[in-house]
Amino acid sequence: MALCLEARQLGCERDDRWLFEGLDIDVKGGDIWRVDGPNGSGKTTLLKILAGQLADYSGTLRWQGNPLHRARAHFAANLLYLGHAPGVSAGLTPLENLAWYQALHGERGSEAQREAALSTMGLEGLEDVPAGRLSAGQQRRVALARLSLTPRALWILDEPFTAIDHAGVAALETQIAAHAQAGGAVVMTTHHTLNIAHPLCHIALG
Amino acid sequence: MPLSETTRRVAVISEPADKQHLGIALGATLMRDLNRMRRRPGDVLNPLVFYALAVSLFPMGISPEASLLAVMAPGLLWVTALLAALLSLDGLFRSDFDDGSLEQMMLCPHPLTSLAVAKVAAHWLLTGLPMALMAPVLGILLALPMNSIGVLMASLVLGSASLSLIGGIGAALTVGLPRGSVLLSLLVLPLYIPVLIFGSGAVQAAIMGDAVLPHLALLGALLAAALIFSPWAIAASLRISING
Repeated sequence: MALCLEARQLGCERDDRWLFEGLDIDVKGGDIWRVDGPNGSGKTTLLKILAGQLADYSGTLRWQGNPLHRARAHFAANLLYLGHAPGVSAGLTPLENLAWYQALHGERGSEAQREAALSTMGLEGLEDVPAGRLSAGQQRRVALARLSLTPRALWILDEPFTAIDHAGVAALETQIAAHAQAGGAVVMTTHHTLNIAHPLCHIALG
Repeated sequence: MPLSETTRRVAVISEPADKQHLGIALGATLMRDLNRMRRRPGDVLNPLVFYALAVSLFPMGISPEASLLAVMAPGLLWVTALLAALLSLDGLFRSDFDDGSLEQMMLCPHPLTSLAVAKVAAHWLLTGLPMALMAPVLGILLALPMNSIGVLMASLVLGSASLSLIGGIGAALTVGLPRGSVLLSLLVLPLYIPVLIFGSGAVQAAIMGDAVLPHLALLGALLAAALIFSPWAIAASLRISING
C-alpha cells in the first residue's frame, strides 16, 4: 500500500488570528516536507494537526483516502512522531524507555535490538544510566533511536536537530534521506540549514 | 547513499492493532510506572508517612483514652487515608506531561482510556494498597476493636481503588496548570465523599456488630461505577490538558 496523507484547505485559528489557512499538502512515499516559518508561525501546531493530535482545525485530512479521525488506529500504527519534548522519561534508563515505546506499539522487541539502536545513536555504555542523568542532546538521541528501532512509514519530526551535535546532525540527515529513498515520508520543522541529498518540498508559514 | 539502507523498503502496515498487542502495551505501562516509582522511593513513602504521622497525632491531640478513641477511629482512619490519597495524586500524570511521554501515549494505536487505567492501577498499587495494609497497625494505635480490623482493610482496599480512579480525573484535568494541586483538591473532594461515608460506615457497623456487607457492597458498586466511567473521563481530560 502506498503512503498517502492529504490535507485540503487546512487552516488553524488561534486567539482570533489565522496561523495558516488554505494549505493543500500531499505527503506521499519518498517525500521530505520541510515546514518553514518564524517563531510562533504555527509550525508545531501544523505538525500536531498532521499527526492527528489536534482536532480544532478547518479543512480536511485524509489518510489513505479515509478521513483521518476514522482511520486513527491504522494511521497511528504507521506514524512516528517526535515532539518538542523528547518523550524520554528521566526515571528510566534508555533501554527501558525504548522497551516502553515498543510495547506501546504492541511489540516486545529484544534487548539486542534496542542495544543496537542505541549504539547507532552513539549511546554505547549509557544503556543503563537513568535518562535524567544524560545531557539534553543524549536524551534526544534516545528518542531518535526509535527511528531505526520501530520502522514506520511516516515520520513527523518537530525540531529533531535540537541539542544534537554536528556529527549527529549529519548522521540524522543521512538517515532521513535514506528513509525517503526507501519509500517513507518525512514531515519536519527545523531552523537548521538542511544538507540532504534528496529533493525537498517546502511549506512556508507566517 | 549506503546500499544496505536503500534496499530495505519502508512499507505501510495494514493490519490493525489487536487485543494481544493491547495486553503488551498495558503490562509495559504498568511495569514502567512501578519501576519508575521504585527508583524514587520518597514519592511512594510520602503519602504513607503522612498517613502514619497524621493518625498517630490524634491520640495526643484528643485524648489517649481508649473508649473515646475507638468511637472516632473509623472516621479518623478514613479521613486521613483520603487526605493521604489526595496528597499523592498531583504527580500521577505530571512527569509524563512534562517529558512528552503523554503525547506518545496519545499517538499510539491503543486507546488512551486503557493506558490511563494502567497508570491508575500502578498508582493504587503504590498508595491505596499499602495504606490498606498498614491500616491495622494504625487501628490498634487508635484502640479500634479487633473484630473490625478485617473490615477496615477490606473497606480501604475497595475504597482506595475508587479514590485513585476518581482522583485520576482531577489529576488529568489539572496536569497542565502550574499550581494545579489546590484546584485538584477542590475538584476531587466532593466526589470522594460517598466513598468516605460508606468506608467509615462499614468500619462503624463492624464495631457495633451491624451488618457490614451492605456497606462493602456499596463500596464495590462505587468502584464498579468508577471503573466504568473514570477511564473515559481521564482520557478526555488528558486530551484537553495537552491540547490546551
